[in-house]
This record gives sequence, C-alpha cells and structure tokens, in this order.
Amino acid sequence: MAEYKLIGKNYTTPDLVAKVTGKAKYAEDYRAEGMLFCKLLLSPMPHARVRNIDAREALAMPGVKAILTADELPPPPPPPAPPPGQPAVTQPPNENALTNEPVYQGEPILAVAAVDETTAADAIERIVLDLEPLPFAVDPLDSLRPNGPNARLEGNTYINRELKSLKWTEKDFSDATDGRLPMGEAPDTFSIGDLEAGFKQADLVLDETFLTQSTTHHPLETRTAMATWQNGKLHLYCSTQSTVQTVGNVARWVGIKPEDVVLISEFTGGGFGSKIPGSQTMAIPALLSKKTGQPVMMRISREEEHYIGRARAGVQARARVGFRKDGRITAIDVFTIQDSGPYGAQGDYRNVGIMASLAFQPMAMRWRGVTVLTNTPPRAPQRAPGGQQMNGIFDPIVSKAARKLGIDQVEIRRVNAPSGKATFGPPDPKTGKQGYVTSAFVREALDKGAELFGWEAKKQYSGKRRGSKARGIGVSVSPFNAGSTGFDGLLIIRPDGMLQVQSGVGNLGTHSVIDVTRVAAEMLDMPWDRCEVQFGNTSKHLPWTCVSAGSQTTHAMTRANYAAAMDAKKKLQEIAAKDLGGRAEDYDIGNQRVFRKGSPGSGLTFAQAARRAIQLGGVYDGHELPKDINAFTTRSATALAGTGLMGVARDNYPHDGNTLSHVVAFAEVEVDVETGALRIVEYATVADVGTVLHPHSLSGQVFGGSMLGIGHAISQRWLYDRQYGMPLAKRFHYNGPPTILDAPANVKFAALNIADPETPVGARGVGESPVGAGYAAILTALADALGDDVFRRTPVTPDLILASLELGHGSHDALTTNV
Amino acid sequence: MSDKDMADANMMPERGVSRRAFIKGVIAAGAAVSSTAYLFRAPIFGQPGAPGAVERLITLNVNGQMRRVDVMKQETLAMTLRYKLGLTGTKLGCDRSECGACTVLIDDVPHYSCSILTHSVRGRKVVTIEGLAGADGTLHPVQQGVVEEQGFQCAFCMPGFVMAAVGFLKVNPNPTRAELAHGVSGNLCRCQDYDKILTAFMRGAEILRRA
Repeated sequence: MAEYKLIGKNYTTPDLVAKVTGKAKYAEDYRAEGMLFCKLLLSPMPHARVRNIDAREALAMPGVKAILTADELPPPPPPPAPPPGQPAVTQPPNENALTNEPVYQGEPILAVAAVDETTAADAIERIVLDLEPLPFAVDPLDSLRPNGPNARLEGNTYINRELKSLKWTEKDFSDATDGRLPMGEAPDTFSIGDLEAGFKQADLVLDETFLTQSTTHHPLETRTAMATWQNGKLHLYCSTQSTVQTVGNVARWVGIKPEDVVLISEFTGGGFGSKIPGSQTMAIPALLSKKTGQPVMMRISREEEHYIGRARAGVQARARVGFRKDGRITAIDVFTIQDSGPYGAQGDYRNVGIMASLAFQPMAMRWRGVTVLTNTPPRAPQRAPGGQQMNGIFDPIVSKAARKLGIDQVEIRRVNAPSGKATFGPPDPKTGKQGYVTSAFVREALDKGAELFGWEAKKQYSGKRRGSKARGIGVSVSPFNAGSTGFDGLLIIRPDGMLQVQSGVGNLGTHSVIDVTRVAAEMLDMPWDRCEVQFGNTSKHLPWTCVSAGSQTTHAMTRANYAAAMDAKKKLQEIAAKDLGGRAEDYDIGNQRVFRKGSPGSGLTFAQAARRAIQLGGVYDGHELPKDINAFTTRSATALAGTGLMGVARDNYPHDGNTLSHVVAFAEVEVDVETGALRIVEYATVADVGTVLHPHSLSGQVFGGSMLGIGHAISQRWLYDRQYGMPLAKRFHYNGPPTILDAPANVKFAALNIADPETPVGARGVGESPVGAGYAAILTALADALGDDVFRRTPVTPDLILASLELGHGSHDALTTNV
Repeated sequence: MSDKDMADANMMPERGVSRRAFIKGVIAAGAAVSSTAYLFRAPIFGQPGAPGAVERLITLNVNGQMRRVDVMKQETLAMTLRYKLGLTGTKLGCDRSECGACTVLIDDVPHYSCSILTHSVRGRKVVTIEGLAGADGTLHPVQQGVVEEQGFQCAFCMPGFVMAAVGFLKVNPNPTRAELAHGVSGNLCRCQDYDKILTAFMRGAEILRRA
C-alpha cells in the first residue's frame, strides 16, 4: 500500500461547521423577493381518468396566481439512463410531473400557485375534479390471477419491453401448496451452467418462499424545490443526488436548453436513490414560476414525500437451492415476482439473480422473473436495489442448510465465497462468457469479521434460551456494484498558490463531494489547508460528473480527479522546462513547487507557475481544452480559462473487470419470546472496498447502510387497504424506520484496505453493499434464535414473532404484499 | 409536548376577542417590521373580526434577543422561526412530531417546534441551533464533539439532534451511552449512522464537563 498524506486519513469536511451551526442551506432555506408558494392536488383514487377540472372558483380567489395542469407540460423526456450494471428501465407510459390519468393514490394532478401557502391550499380545496374511477391492483399476485385487475389500461407487466397483460392459470395457483409462491409464466430469465446436473450433485435441496417488502426511501429532507427565472435562465434550488447530472433532466422536464439551467443544491438532506432527477420537483415550480413571472417555492410535506418520493420494489421469491455435504452450493433455481409500481420496470428482481450468482458462486443457476405493475407509488432504485432483497431471500436458506448439514454458518459462506476475479451474472449472449469482478477478498473479510465479532466464542449462545430471552448469531455476505468510469476532472492552481478543485458531486451526506477531491490534492502534494473545493452550484463551473447513485462516486470521481491532477502535474513540469531549461521529465513536484529532480529548493512555486500558465495561455490556462471531455466540462472549463494553471482530463484509465464491493456482517440478537421484543446486542462488519479514502466516512456509510437493512429486517413497511387501494402507512410513525434505540448496542468495523487493482488509488464505492449485509445478518441471527420457520417475510415484527411461536410455524405468509 | 405546554397551547388563543382587541392586533401587525406573511394571509382591513382572533404582534425571546414578530394564532413556532425570523437552521422533516428535526429549546427543555404554537412561547426563552455557538463563532461543546468525530451525514436531522442532546445534557451531564441514546431517541436520522451520532455527543458531553 502506497504511503499517502491525505488518502486514508480522517479530516473535517469543510462543510461540517455550516451544518452544525444551522447555516447550511437546503432547498427550503432559500428565499426570493416576491416568492409564491404552490400546492399540489393529489389523486384521491388509486387509478382514474380526469374527465374535467373546474378551477373557476379557485382562480377567482384573491391571492391565487396560476394553475398548472398536465396539458401544459412539455412532452415527457425518455427515462434516465440506469446505473451501470442495471438493465435500462422500460417505461412506455411515461411518468410526467402532472397527469390526467393518475395511476396511484397521491399522484399529482395539478398545482396552484398563490401568494402564500394557505391560500394555495385553500384554492386546491375549491377545485372541482370530475374523475372516472378505473380498475386498480395493489398486489402483484392479485393482478396475475385469472381475471385479476391490471394496474394500467394497457396491461400489468412488460414482455420484451412492451406493456402487456399477463395472467396465470388456476392450476399455476393451485400447484403451489404450503404457502409456497405460485410460479406461472415468467417472461424474464437467465441461466448459468447445467441446472439439472447441479441439482443431481446436491445432497440437500431446500425450497423456500420469501417476501421482501416495498418501502419508501423517505430521506429526512423532503424534495422541496424553489424556482426563479433571471435573464431567461432558470435558477432551480433543489434537493438532488447530482449537481451536474440533474441539469439535463431539468432542461428536458421544463422544455429548455441545458445552458439555460442554473442548478443550486449546496446541501441535500439524504437521497438513498430517490433523488435521482424526478419530474415533479424539477418541472412544477419552474413552469409555475415562468407562468407567473415570480419565484415559486414548492414545499413537499412528509405525506407527499410518501407519494412522489420513490420507493424500493418489493420482491416475492421462491428459491430452490442444492447443497453438497460440505456446504458447496451446486445449484440455485430462483423465481421472482417484483412489485414495480405503476410506471417503469425496475432492475431489482434481476439483481436478485445477479447478486446471488456472485455472493454464493453456484455451480449452476437459473433466474426467472416477472415484474408486475401495481397502483402504488412509483419505484426507483433504493440503496442496493435487488442486492438487499437477494440477501433476505438467500441468507436464511444458506444458514438453514448449514444447520441441517452440521456446518458452521461462517464456514458455509467461506466454502461458497467469491474470490479473486470471481465470475457472476448471466453469460454474454455472444461469447457465452460471464463477466467478472476486479477483485474479491470475501474469505479474508469473513476471517477478519469472525475474529472481530468473536464468532467462535459467541457460538455458545447460538439458539440458547435464558428465561424468556432467546439468543442467536448470524452472518451475511453482501456484494454490490461499486463504481463507474469515464467522467471528467477539473481543477485550477491559482496565482495565489491555492488548489481549487471543482466538484460536481451532489452533497447528499456521503462526504464524497469532498473526499474524492483529496485525491487531486494528494497527487499534487498540496497541503489540505491550501485547497478549496467548489461545489453545489453549476454557476461555479463544475465538470461532468457521475450521479451519486449506484455507489459510483468514490470510484468514478477519484479516477477523474486523479486524471486532472496528472494533467496539472504534466503542465507544471512543462512550464518549468520552458522557463528553466531541460526536459519536462527532469522536473518533479512537491511542497507546492515544481523543481529539478534532486534539488527541491530550485524551480518555481505553484503560484509562480500559475502566473506563467496564464501568460502562456493555450492548454496551460484552459484556453485550449482536450477534445475527449464532455461538453458540460468544456463549458465550465471555458468559463474558468485564464484564472490559473488548469488541470482538466477525462478518466481514460483502463478497466477490465466489473467494479463491485463486498461487505460481510455479523450480528448477535436477543429476542424476548414473551413480548417479541428484539435487541441487537452486537454488530460487526468488514468492508472489502479497496483503498480506504476517509475512515470516518467509510465506517459511517457501512453502519448507516447496515441500519437501513436492519430497518427492513425489523420494522419498515407499507400497509395497504386492499379494498380501496389506499396506503395507510404514509408517514414515519407507521412506516417504522429504525430509531437510535433500535441500533445495536455494540458496533465494530474494519476495512481490509486492499487496493482495487484496476483503478488509480484503488478506491471503490460502498454505499450499497452494507444494506443487504445488515438486513440478512439480523435475519440469520433471528432464525438462529427462534428457529428456521418462524418468518417468511419481513419485517419480522414482535407480533409476527409471537404469533409464529404460538402456532409453531410461520404465521405470516409471503403471498400478500403490504400487510 | 409536556402537559404544561399542552395546557398553555390550549389556553392561549382567547375565545371571543373584542372588536377593539382585534383592531389593535391588525394595526400592530401592519406596523410590524417582519410582516411578510409567507404562509399566512396578510390582514385585510374592513373584514369582520374572525372568532378567536388574538393579538398578532408579539415579542419573542429567541437566542437571547427580543424579536418583535407578527404571528397568526394558529402559527407553529417552526414556521415563525423559519419564515418570519430567518432562522432556517431549524428544519421541518415531518411537521407532525415524528422526526424531531425541528427540535428547539424552550426554557432549556427540548420541544418539537413544529407542534407548538408560537403564541404559547411568549415570555419564554427559545434557543435554536443558531443560538448555540458564541458570537465569536466558538462552537458549543456538543457542536465541537460533532466536528471532532465527523458525526452525521446529510445532517438535515442534525440541528434537531444537537438541540435534543444539549437539552438532555443540561439535566444529565454525565450520561452513559445508553442513557444518552434514550435522551435523543425522539429524533430520527435516515442516514442512520446512529453509532457515530452517539460517539459525537459523548465527546461533546466530555468537552462540556471539562468546560
């Protein structure tokens, strides 16, 4: 491991004091002169057609300025590109900001702008809507039944990317007994190896059905936005996971050119996948502001956030898994039904298959899936989309097999662990070959974790009862996507000798907006207190940057910043050679100087070199730019040209494997069998994520992601009134995100800190893999404490635990969603 | 909200306000420095007094300053702080007492400002996140603990959490981790690194005890 001065060291992010003193501005904290407020009219029905809108009385009210309906919107843009490794979202019936055919209860139909929020809300109350109710479905299996309802007029699933109606037969349903998932026609499938041969080698075959629930992302900051127009340009103050990549989407939703968008998002109050550009936030305040000629603030309430704030796609699965006596998995045959909400198909169900093929390296595998549309809030990737669901479906099966085969829970995962350039996923249709990861050190992570957690010593508590308290221990291996490539870095060494790094990363709490810029400082040997990071506002001229989703940022933007730093270093050397003689490679940099090798006191200071760069112009100060950078970066670099020595480059570093990170988690739980109360006694994780960039931030990401998984294991859920298609759990209290009292009492963490071989600096992303690890470590520990057949769905709540213990088997089936 | 606050809140808007009192309120409101009513309608002269109208121009003690402000009777403290007094450090996460992002101190006790009427805090001391650091920028020990431990991620919950911790440490300056967790358990974080939040606050408690 290279010796670094900044990389791998803790530091205080420069935005932290603003956050802790309340000075940090989130979208709702901005004000503008003459600012109006707008309110949304939400559909009261799960599926309907708007026959007529009578807004005369509302518009006649004093203070009401304008109404915006679906008819006034520009045509919807194509869906955003999916995160790397995920199939493109099929979305024929495009979602737009407002609609005349609401497809879930709570979908916005129109918006009203008024001088204050109360007036806007009163105006909404006076609008008379004439709605024609349409058939609706809120449960995938209901929709698949013969004569079951379709969520959309056009159908209930995607077959070859087209919206079609798919119904299973009565026999498909009656064939499934004992609460097992029915398996009718599934349009989507992939296979690895010879499945039957795999099962023939198995000494034990388990056939289990499991339900993972849909949940709203619910970042603590709702997606409030404020828009104002100045000199023909839209200034949008919003909450987003990417400062830079939101611009193009806003332009498309509003129907203007990207050059006419100024996007301000200095602080974003969490996203978790939900604040990748969305239509409502982007379009409504902007269009109402244009219409009224005044700034418009759209505050989003918590309940509205439940509706438009995106949600994870729940997956129901039936998995048949074959094991050899030594625990090796010979075959996996998994069938998945995905609840996709009312719009595009999500990639989660497919990721269930892909991630299982990586985590357990089965000798043969088949994945089948059907994605079903329902009249429930729209889905989007939520932290580890499909990865989290995979761990919930498979880890309890693997632990159950371990118990049946008399193998240790950690050992069975070592036996099946991915190692080195482990292969995974469906074979390429052309070559027949599977893809592979850049590196995997899961066995090392399991060993380190077992030691950190004290697995051997804790085995004595496994399944033991003391009084009413049952104890259990569990473990999980969770892989997920961890990086993309091909973005741009942009920095300036200024005439005052400061290094100014431009960061287009969204500041949503991961710290990566700043962390990745430390790589540029490291490579230029700049002391951190001589560095300044520009972020959060596109008028500050930011480079083309990845969306902070899919755990891309750490990998993608360390590469881009490395490239920009190398470009700046080359220019420093060239300037020194020009002025002081010799060749560029005779010069080195350090201590804020470029100097002749072996003579650190010679040469130029960075400040002098920056002034020379401005005199020289051309490539040195950004007047000539590389041809391969993105047009967005070209615009930004052009605006900054002449302000110093510019480092600007695209990440063209070679990259062979797929970038995935691995997290292993261990948990010890204690359940009171008389009350159902659960306590997480201890929780330990080990991250195989490449080079550690910022230890505090890494441990925070791993534990925070783990807690999201833990919430899915023990409390978070939706609840639906199936008769009327109405959500009942719309706010925090009934959605049940975990509180500080649900967090484990004792938390341990370690990182392997083994550099990824295929990226400069060696750092990968980590936002997502901890989610499945936390989720399944708790589930396997719960099964260890209570028995294998106590739960077949999550969340495993106290009432579920008590009912199951009383019955002697699982009380809650996996066939009905959102109960 | 404590029983006492509930009683205060219920008691405050007097019923059947006289025409004289109403007009006084309207005139006062018109003269208020910060009369821009974002959420609430500006008063309209000549309209009959609404039943239950109360005096609108009141004085609040916020962060040690006496602030004159025009407040409707149904206005919550969070809205007054954010939209009338420019104190946007107090966040609204749910507006219904579920998340604690809007926590402020009222007479040193943490309260959800989304669920307390502004009129009920007249004559009481309100402290928000903006009032914690010294005038010279010196951070409060709890804030210092957060900075030293790089606590919190998106930090939207942070102002509320910090105020809850400051309030709790006033009555229990030397808590165990478990006690401190209970003390701030009325606050939600969705980035959910609850472990580092506690570490930061334990550090803050230590600095506070040394101070």
